[in-house]
Amino acid sequence: MSELNKLTIAEARGKLRGGEITSAELTTACLEQIDGAGALGAFVHHTPDLAMEQAKAADARIKSGDAPSMCGIPLGIKDLFCTKGVPSQAASAILNGFKPEYESTVSQNLFDAGSVMLGKLNMDEFAMGSSNETSTYGNAVNPWRRGNEDAALTPGGSSGGSASAVAADLCLGATGTDTGGSIRQPAAFVGITGIKPTYGRCSRWGIVAFASSLDQAGPMTKSVRDAAIMLEAMCGHDPKDSTSAELPVPDFEAMLTGDIKGKVIGIPREYRMEGMPEEIEKLWADGTDMLRDAGAEIRDISLPHTKYALPAYYVIAPAEASSNLARYDGVRYGHRAKLAQGDGVTEMYEKTRAEGFGPEVQRRVMIGTYVLSAGFYDAYYNRARKVRALIKKDFEDVFAEGVDAILTPATPSSAFGLGEMADADPVQMYLNDVFTVTVNLAGLPGISVPAGLDKRGLPLGLQLIGRPWEEGDLLNCAYALEGAAGFVAKPEKWW
Amino acid sequence: MTIDTDTAAKVAKLARIRVEEDALPALAQEFNNILGFIEQLNEVDVEGVEPMVSVTPMRLKRRVDVVNDGDQQGKVLSNAPDAREGFFAVPKVVE
Repeated sequence: MSELNKLTIAEARGKLRGGEITSAELTTACLEQIDGAGALGAFVHHTPDLAMEQAKAADARIKSGDAPSMCGIPLGIKDLFCTKGVPSQAASAILNGFKPEYESTVSQNLFDAGSVMLGKLNMDEFAMGSSNETSTYGNAVNPWRRGNEDAALTPGGSSGGSASAVAADLCLGATGTDTGGSIRQPAAFVGITGIKPTYGRCSRWGIVAFASSLDQAGPMTKSVRDAAIMLEAMCGHDPKDSTSAELPVPDFEAMLTGDIKGKVIGIPREYRMEGMPEEIEKLWADGTDMLRDAGAEIRDISLPHTKYALPAYYVIAPAEASSNLARYDGVRYGHRAKLAQGDGVTEMYEKTRAEGFGPEVQRRVMIGTYVLSAGFYDAYYNRARKVRALIKKDFEDVFAEGVDAILTPATPSSAFGLGEMADADPVQMYLNDVFTVTVNLAGLPGISVPAGLDKRGLPLGLQLIGRPWEEGDLLNCAYALEGAAGFVAKPEKWW
Repeated sequence: MTIDTDTAAKVAKLARIRVEEDALPALAQEFNNILGFIEQLNEVDVEGVEPMVSVTPMRLKRRVDVVNDGDQQGKVLSNAPDAREGFFAVPKVVE
């Protein structure tokens, strides 16, 4: 059996249950691909022994007739998730050598369902970035290239390693996390599906915190069906996360009927950005037509505070980050700077954090410190939280008027070249999240679905935004869109 | 609002991140660019709006106030850069 690594989760599930293949074979196929894909920089910590052990256990479980959907499925886990006994560094030098003594709830849920971990995946440092260029491990690279050029492109960020690994068929699916677009933007840049569920669906316990009121985990997969299967295994109430929702988890896959007749799809006029590339505009219009043809009612809607989402985000996220990252002090885990004679505890903190944090993380921690400091708290932080309330209300208003889901582009461009933004102002990089960040501020579910290629042959994605807790409905809309778009292109192997 | 090098130094100090003297002007400039972007928020009428606390209206759950964990000294200390005799070790704090 060749190229098992190219299977979707749903296909592999069928073959595993039917006894056609074993998880050990499937896992071996993925491990071999990973070994040959160093140039992608996707996997940064390899756990082949653990993977084979888990695969054998999964095979025994499948044989005994007790096989949940994710049983025996080899996955990559973003480095932001704490995995017991396996390096978990959030791609930061400040966590050099850190091996958690515990397992994150989401990865534990996946393991309980029988999933196999192939290793840890590259990302932007502390999930702060949109290009995977802030990682202490070096860049993750997009398996896609512009036509015949060999310039290395970004897989997006922060879940860049996850995106690259899934698109290159190094694993069947991967975990991601999304604070401002970190699942949906990279998924769009590499032509895969990525969903950020409603805030509170996935437990945040054991996931290295960036901005706690915005962070959510979610799956990155080769199809909408796979996203439904994997999301269901990841989520569920967890007493260890006080913001985890005490709601039953529906059978998301069972809701994939493809029937969206009579659904109301909102097209927000504020997302028509000045200077938006024509191709993105066309993709959006095509996607609208596809949903209309599938029987949905298309409605123009207004989300008037959209413009203020990014500035509000760049107050709230750094503020929360400055607080969350205060724990990296060189005392309890990770890196501690070498101290000079006579250095006290303050020098230890300052030198450790200067050495351990990269420039973007330092910048955000300091911005967060500033907006929370005495005299500026009201002007910046409280004002941003008020604007956030208005952004959330924009969505509540359109949902109250009967809108079921909202269609937007996922990103303002296709993947750009690694290093191309090196001299740009940090604010330019932040604009990558312009279509996704509103969803985090409002705590809503959002999904990115690959919908086409641009003229240079790079994938483009569309985003659907759903009502809170209605991921099943949202996945079904995405399923209809996926079917209509018929995106099947794969990157040509060069690595 | 513009940030000068003194303010940048003060913020770095508050954040406990050492920034060398000669890096301060560039840092101040970056802060100004980002804060300039954030200033857009002043255009929004937020009169009477409550600052958002949590995404989902919910009361934080409380757990029973009992000991439910413990006896994990070895695990707690296993990642410490410097642990001695069951404690985290740090430079002298008291003169």
